[in-house]
Amino acid sequence: MTEEIIIAGFGGQGVLSMGKILAYSGIMQDKEVAWMPSYGPEMRGGTANVTVIISDERISSPILQKFDTAIVLNQQSLDKFEEQIKVGGTLVYDPNGITKEPTRKDINIYKIEGNALATELGNAKTFNMIILGAFMKVKPILSLEDVEKGLGKSLPERHHKLIPMNMKAVQCGMDNIKVVQEL
Amino acid sequence: MAEVRLMKGNEVIAEAAIRCGCDGYFGYPITPQSEVMETLMIRKPWEETGMVVLQAESEVASINMVYGGASCGKKVMTSSSSPGVSLMQEGITYLAGAEIPALVVNVVRGGPGLGTIQPAQSDYYQTCKGGGHGDYRLIVLAPASVQEMNDFVDLSFELAFKYRNPAMILSDGVIGQMMEKVTLSPYKARWTDEEIEEISGSWATTGKKANRSKNVSTSLELDSDKQEEFNLHLGRKYKAMEENEVRYEKISCDDAEYMFVAYGSSARICQKAIEICRERGIKAGLLRPITLYPFPTKQIKEMVPQLKGVLSVELSMGQMVDDVRLAVNGAIPVEHYGHVGGIIHSPEEIADALETLIIKA
Repeated sequence: MTEEIIIAGFGGQGVLSMGKILAYSGIMQDKEVAWMPSYGPEMRGGTANVTVIISDERISSPILQKFDTAIVLNQQSLDKFEEQIKVGGTLVYDPNGITKEPTRKDINIYKIEGNALATELGNAKTFNMIILGAFMKVKPILSLEDVEKGLGKSLPERHHKLIPMNMKAVQCGMDNIKVVQEL
Repeated sequence: MAEVRLMKGNEVIAEAAIRCGCDGYFGYPITPQSEVMETLMIRKPWEETGMVVLQAESEVASINMVYGGASCGKKVMTSSSSPGVSLMQEGITYLAGAEIPALVVNVVRGGPGLGTIQPAQSDYYQTCKGGGHGDYRLIVLAPASVQEMNDFVDLSFELAFKYRNPAMILSDGVIGQMMEKVTLSPYKARWTDEEIEEISGSWATTGKKANRSKNVSTSLELDSDKQEEFNLHLGRKYKAMEENEVRYEKISCDDAEYMFVAYGSSARICQKAIEICRERGIKAGLLRPITLYPFPTKQIKEMVPQLKGVLSVELSMGQMVDDVRLAVNGAIPVEHYGHVGGIIHSPEEIADALETLIIKA
């Protein structure tokens, strides 16, 4: 099993930390993992993205042009990464702010209203965990237990009280993902 | 028990330094390696092992602090990125000239000049062909994973002290910024004064005892006969490194008809390119130099009889390719491929380049 994932959105949406939790969750299952961010001016605004690879084998390139799954959180990222999904691969996106819907017919497409759901949950910061939950629903390569452990590893101890709220957000994402097209 | 963590390459350099018994780190922040000193400042090793961590006023100051600390036989290091390492070159050649062991880490970014903060491998010439003036060599290790960022800190110090020569870890923005699973090394205690006396007492300025002559740390010799003898001594030392310290890795080389030569991040990307090539029916392999100096010249040469061509892949306009061409010595075609300016080549681009530059050329 090798899953090559790109997560892309605006700086500040929690793209990098979502990737980190995903990578830590992979380690909990004793998988090989790589987390390769875009770095530099992005952290001061604009688009941010991170490649996460989870595999049973030694990981070759952390730099990729084709992905099994793209998790896309703004229009620029959709424009850029829709075409980089492998045939038969998966796109998960948040329709908030999307004006040009995805057009590919040879991939699986799912929608998650992450922004709206985070507002409903009463905590905008849980947005990235809702998206992570949605991803886990369509790609169950990791268990909820792994993610909970991954959160514990990735958050400093003083923030561990936030884990239940984050897990609630993950569950919310799993429950609310919608199929746009399935092959 | 071994500790497995998810860490950035840069963070691991700091952690590995603390764990291998490093006595001091002197640095100045620069992207993409600032996490090295940030991690050290967060970890506060001065409270734990007594390791000194100091932000100097410049790169020139940091390398001279390294010169001072290392002259006393201490395990000391610095880290920077390309423009900062340029500033350190005077200090580095002085270290080589005074035969002082120390570690410099370069997390390379694109140049020339201030260039870009994005990854590059365009400091091969600076690192392996001089950088500073005079006939000297650095021991150069090129990590291709976060695990090797951990392993090569201790190894660099080991080699530096074995040969009384400065060592460099030549990394890049990809390996520095990437997070991977890493097994951290167990703690080694810092050397005691007695141990330093035993290991480096013949040259280190540890305070003159009544029973020995004074040790002087210098790279100045005004007597030409003595200077020539010193240069010949260095030459013998470098020859010993070439004979004993070449490190490399071969991947899918057994049946290879075409071979990539690449180090660091490019070597990782080439591994994926091999998979793509083999899906296209092209038998490709990779020879990854782990030591860039000493370079695996002999090992490349030994591969030549079974090969039809070699593609040297580097995030540069073509620097290491010179050494690959010397190893192949005109027997088969050798070309260079690489993106520059902070753009990173994809596995597909490398596979395509092998076809257009070597196979169809």
